[in-house]
Amino acid sequence: MSTNRRDFLKIAGASALTLIMCPILPVCARENLQVPGMESAPAKPLTAKRWAMAIDTSKCPPGCTDCVAACHAVHNVPNIGNSKDDVKWIWTEPFASVFPAENHSYSGQAQQKMRVPVLCNQCANPPCVRVCPTQATFKRADGIVMMDYHRCIGCRLCMAACPYGARSMNYRDPRPFIAKINPDFPTRTKGVVEKCNFCQERLAKGLLPACVLACKSKALVFGDVEDPHSEIRKLIENRFTLRRRASLGTVPQIYYIL
Amino acid sequence: MKKGKWGLIIFGLVIFIVGVTFPVWYGAGTSAPAPVLDMDTPVIKSMPNKKCVEDTAFIRAHHMKLLDAWRDEAVRDGHREYTAKDGRRFEKSLTGTCLQCHSNKSAFCDRCHNYVGAKPSCFSCHIVPEEVKK
Repeated sequence: MSTNRRDFLKIAGASALTLIMCPILPVCARENLQVPGMESAPAKPLTAKRWAMAIDTSKCPPGCTDCVAACHAVHNVPNIGNSKDDVKWIWTEPFASVFPAENHSYSGQAQQKMRVPVLCNQCANPPCVRVCPTQATFKRADGIVMMDYHRCIGCRLCMAACPYGARSMNYRDPRPFIAKINPDFPTRTKGVVEKCNFCQERLAKGLLPACVLACKSKALVFGDVEDPHSEIRKLIENRFTLRRRASLGTVPQIYYIL
Repeated sequence: MKKGKWGLIIFGLVIFIVGVTFPVWYGAGTSAPAPVLDMDTPVIKSMPNKKCVEDTAFIRAHHMKLLDAWRDEAVRDGHREYTAKDGRRFEKSLTGTCLQCHSNKSAFCDRCHNYVGAKPSCFSCHIVPEEVKK
């Protein structure tokens, strides 16, 4: 069937008229039906060119693990109770383990006793992404190094590649070891590796990371380092910062202020 | 060669054919009852117009493909909103969307999956809200 110019113009005109009239006419009005998961007013996601975090350890109260508790509760991280099988997204380490090159035998009591929060460094040049054979670990455009658990085959090459020990293997089914399951986030299954995801699922809903909100002393600052007016950018411009094992070239995006 | 070799060969062939065709004749004449899906959940009851994300026929035939597409788009591309053919918008989420209406996994999802022998691994990670509350 060939359409001549006259017919084409008729159809185009009618279509345009329908499109204009549709929102006004009650016939075309969409049925008012609410189904769970259907968004009436979608939350505005937080976006950035390059997400990063600054940790001011001087603000960390001694013995405080609020950030760890909040993160692990939100993300259904199991507490297996033995260090070999442990799964962790954020945890604390002694200063000497976090910054071995910065440690010396004459450092004071405060520094020796200090425990520093550590998590995935969300590297700009992530070795885990390079070695992953299935691209289960990948880097998003906003810098978040994220895991697609559907693709993880549990080969643990990423664990060998990560210089920060930020990845944990599920050697057993984690569900029995989760005190209270948060139904808003999946658990993992036996045989996959997991790590901190910079709360990408919360950012998508317009919420800041759980650890940042849980910190009462505001020691954790999260934001866009590419934005010159952001709080984190100003903080790391004005204060001296350390990054863990930066000489390896992984370009870690967790900045420590000591 | 012995004289009885043909007997032995035929005996072996009979055992082989019986074994290979076992699944065909074992179930012949019988039929498992088709699964009855339970839609009787509080959320579905409260809906004036009971309609899934897409048409029932499409969902029944293609829900696994839709969920696969949702999975890749949400996880890998960060696109979390699905626009249905009729323009309604949904969050791409198994627990957050599908299981909110179909909160009775054991009387809905499982009945069909068991009938056809499908073993989806979704629920080894994704949470069934009814199971958490127990």
